[in-house]
Amino acid sequence: MTDLPLLSLVTFLPLVGAAFILFVRGDEAVVARNARNVALLTSLATFLLSLALWQGFNPATADFQFVEKVQWLPDWGINYHMGIDGISLFFVLLSTFLTPICILSTWGAVEKRVKEYMLAFLVLETFMVGMFCALDYVIFYIFFEAVLIPMFIIIGVWGGPRRVYAAFKFFLYTLFGSVLMLVALLAMLYVAGTTDIPTLMQTRFPYEMQLWLWLAMFASFAVKVPMWPVHTWLPDAHVEAPTAGSVILAGVLLKMGGYGFIRFSIPMLPEATEFFAPMVFTLSIIAVIYTSLVALVQDDMKKLIAYSSVAHMGFVTIGVFALNQQAIEGAIFQMLSHGVVSGALFLCVGVVYDRLHTREIARYGGLSNTMPKYATIFLFFTMASVGLPGTAGFVGEFMVLLGAFQTSTWVGLFAATGLILGATYALLLYRRICFGKLDKEDLKALLDMSPREIAMFVPLILMVLWMGIYPSSFLDPMHASVVHLIENYQSALAAANGGSVAAN
Amino acid sequence: MYVAAIFLPLLAAMIAGFFRHILGDRGAQLVTTGSVMASAAMSIMIFIEVGLNGQPQTIQLFKWISSGDLQVSWSVHVDTLTAVMLVVVTSVSSMVHLYSWGYMHHDKSVPRFMAYLSLFTFMMLMLVTSDNLVQLFFGWEGVGLASYLLIGFWYEKPSANAAAIKAFVVNRVGDFGFALGIFGVYFLFGSVEFKEIFAAVPEYADATVTFFGIQAHALTIIGLLLFVGAMGKSAQLGLHTWLPDAMEGPTPVSALIHAATMVTAGVFMVSRMSPLYEYAPDALAVVAVVGATTAFFAATVGCTQNDIKRVIAYSTCSQLGYMFFAIGVHAYQAAVFHLMTHAFFKALLFLGAGSVIHAMSDEQDIRKMGGIWKHIPVTYTMMWVGSLALAGIPFFAGYYSKDMILEAAYAAHSGPGMYAFVLGIAAAGMTAFYSWRLLILTFHGKPRANEHVMGHIHESPPVMLIPLLVLAVGALFSGYVGYDLFVGEGREAFWGEAIKVLDATDSVAHAHHVPSWVKLLPLYMSVGGIALAYVLYLFAPGIPGVIARVFRPVYLFLLNKWYFDELYDRIFVRPAFVLGRHFWKGGDGALIDGVGPDGIAAATRDIARRVSRAQSGYLYHYTFAMILGVAVFVTWFLMSKAG
Repeated sequence: MTDLPLLSLVTFLPLVGAAFILFVRGDEAVVARNARNVALLTSLATFLLSLALWQGFNPATADFQFVEKVQWLPDWGINYHMGIDGISLFFVLLSTFLTPICILSTWGAVEKRVKEYMLAFLVLETFMVGMFCALDYVIFYIFFEAVLIPMFIIIGVWGGPRRVYAAFKFFLYTLFGSVLMLVALLAMLYVAGTTDIPTLMQTRFPYEMQLWLWLAMFASFAVKVPMWPVHTWLPDAHVEAPTAGSVILAGVLLKMGGYGFIRFSIPMLPEATEFFAPMVFTLSIIAVIYTSLVALVQDDMKKLIAYSSVAHMGFVTIGVFALNQQAIEGAIFQMLSHGVVSGALFLCVGVVYDRLHTREIARYGGLSNTMPKYATIFLFFTMASVGLPGTAGFVGEFMVLLGAFQTSTWVGLFAATGLILGATYALLLYRRICFGKLDKEDLKALLDMSPREIAMFVPLILMVLWMGIYPSSFLDPMHASVVHLIENYQSALAAANGGSVAAN
Repeated sequence: MYVAAIFLPLLAAMIAGFFRHILGDRGAQLVTTGSVMASAAMSIMIFIEVGLNGQPQTIQLFKWISSGDLQVSWSVHVDTLTAVMLVVVTSVSSMVHLYSWGYMHHDKSVPRFMAYLSLFTFMMLMLVTSDNLVQLFFGWEGVGLASYLLIGFWYEKPSANAAAIKAFVVNRVGDFGFALGIFGVYFLFGSVEFKEIFAAVPEYADATVTFFGIQAHALTIIGLLLFVGAMGKSAQLGLHTWLPDAMEGPTPVSALIHAATMVTAGVFMVSRMSPLYEYAPDALAVVAVVGATTAFFAATVGCTQNDIKRVIAYSTCSQLGYMFFAIGVHAYQAAVFHLMTHAFFKALLFLGAGSVIHAMSDEQDIRKMGGIWKHIPVTYTMMWVGSLALAGIPFFAGYYSKDMILEAAYAAHSGPGMYAFVLGIAAAGMTAFYSWRLLILTFHGKPRANEHVMGHIHESPPVMLIPLLVLAVGALFSGYVGYDLFVGEGREAFWGEAIKVLDATDSVAHAHHVPSWVKLLPLYMSVGGIALAYVLYLFAPGIPGVIARVFRPVYLFLLNKWYFDELYDRIFVRPAFVLGRHFWKGGDGALIDGVGPDGIAAATRDIARRVSRAQSGYLYHYTFAMILGVAVFVTWFLMSKAG
């Protein structure tokens, strides 16, 4: 093992690129080109560097790896503490994998304030990666909240016509959760005397307090996921966000909630988790069925995919709280695959949006005729989203449902209805975009995808197939951490129950 | 060889799909057809090795999903049941590939079509060679994908698109049950591998579980859930609605996917699970009843349809019903036997129908045909062979397998068995009737097509006729040749471990000892049906119209396929959209946003407005407020001191 602070390097490398961009001067076109190139190179370098994490990762242990710890506010027990385990490893990789693709997608799509746009993305990448690596609650909180800022700006500046409304809605919802999480943070600091995450995991909070802490965190994470009924910011945000913003939003930002549940709620507040799990199941099942039905009747491509995201994330929350190995690994896997697949779907929308500047489904139809390559790629990701076996979507969904069924057959039953509804809206969307007669004049002139656009999709396609056909590359490193998580959870519950028996 | 036989079609599909611009039409045809034929040749060798010489093989390729107890591998497992399916799938598929050269040669995207066909073949092979339920599910959904793509192949036709989506979604309803069945299996056995499940089944013979709040016999409930999947894929009553619509696809597709292979996947799956179903007699009773009802239902509808392909589609649905009630009375071997013979003669009928459609300039309505038998004699003969086999006339393939099923149903001596026998006999008569109705209306009588069409009638090119001839050989001899191995004396040695039947319920053994009237009845029914068709459609063509008028409600009921589509539209499809709209506008828009963010924003604005109104700018307003404030403060101060 080298002594390089690899995690910090991965986290802050994008900022270095951002600094370069900041000092780019000159004519606007030159600035734009240079900013793009620098951003692309930086994000690629970050991705390559993050691969070293995967390569050096030891899947046999559940301990945190690549740990860095520097004292920051020793009086408060707050440190700069970074590290990853089998759960966070792939979220880091997901972030670094999607960022270069996002940057590539802005060629031709974003023309104004390119420099600032690139800056925002690189800063965003730092915050995302930092959040997944943070092992101190304060550090986590800072990154977790900081992510909002570039995203808010991306939507508010480069978004569509109702961007201000969407940005504020996004901000209001997430801020509401953040405030409560801050309260939880302070309360935990008060009890445990530290904000060190591994220590907090070992701390046993009193039962009553767990319930309140759990709810406070839930408020924050549920908004991020988003769970029903705090999901309405997502469709608006997606619709107004520029393509790359949507990709990151769906690809990474939604995963912050699921990650939060796994990192905080379950290990730190096991008894409350047990108490609230039925509520999470109920909300998730409502999410799956309700939002799938809503997706059926959408007229806007992005809104449809946004609602489908809510449904897919419903599977994630079910899996996380089903609390067995298949379900949790399935939930993590589902988050990764959803990150790739829904990101790709938003890129697919972006491809035609760049050409026709509308997202209204009815304006399309028969694209298979003029854009066969596009139709093929779009079909591929539609099928992945439907969860066709052999693609990434299947593995996560199947494991979650299988695991959930072991915990509660009812949950398995209701969640599995998503299989039917999901196929329905996805295929209807595909039909309305790509199939049918090509009878609209402006569609006849559309060009098929350019090599740049194809280059953007190729890594995503390969990733979806890899995850679908040989998911072990991703599942194996998770095993130790997930098993450890479940064992801790169960022993904590056993201890709690033992304690309460003694008290009686 | 085992691996190559399966992956060659995938390779060909990829080559034909990605390099279509380089290969051109002919190149794509050569690559796909060649590889599927090679795969067929290998399948025959595999059949000899595994089926005849009794050497089952399992090859583990690599790990797929592994998480805790859940261990799933990509694998190639070949036993007799698989070997039979391999031969059926690859031989019919290679014939259909070849046939498509002629049938599709006007089409503008031949390579795409060929690639889809090969992709389908690959998925079907993955399905039948699986050694666990999850890989089976992979193939299961994969053939669903191929079916979706091929039904919607002519994507400019709205009806084709609708049919494609319907097929996928209705199948998903079945898959929903199938998936729950897999979860149930894992719940009970802690494994999804066939070998481990089957080994553990006897231990759990009396186990009960509580699924969905119902405490029930575990194997029965699992059997029923898995059967829901089979019902979807094999178009059994209730989930059959997609199959007739699937005829929107090109005819070779109907022959391959919607007659010979994919729709029989359900039969295959339940047969594969025979060691489990043997311990779930109640589930089998349900299978028998559903199968028999489907056989009857589809036959009644088949008698009234006018689209040549839809008649055959309902016939397929009906024959699948036969296979299922065979399974329901423990005669799995007979079901698979019928699966094989049916694959040959039904593919023959479909390709024959395709040849007719081709000749008639894409006309599919049999009311607009007639009097063309002299123009297309080979097709005509082939249709006869197929119909004779379907009707179960002696020494044609269907005679052996269908009679075996009916005899087994009788021999089961159970309530469901008798129900199946009665309905099966009735359906046999109707089968012969609608087959000859089709033959007579299509080929005989006065020509009803216009002169333009009649002028263009031509026999199909050899590339289409050769597959017909090959399949005709199957329709003629596969029953006679296979009888002894599949259901006769040689069956135990032949099947080995692939199919398990408990001695007490071995209805195939009993079927050989039924009274002779049971053996003869199906034949009488068929001959009667044929005779009736001749009377009604050739000798006295006025009568069908009269019958339709007199029994108008019945006729309409049958013509509209028992109103299943309308019913589903009312209770599922439309409500889903209405609910979606309500949830969106009412739930998300009015309720959540109205109370949540928009409500809070509005409230904030409202308060701000009121507050701003207080800032009137008049000095005396402010003075008044100040005095009031001081007064309140002083009062509070004094009172708290006093307290």
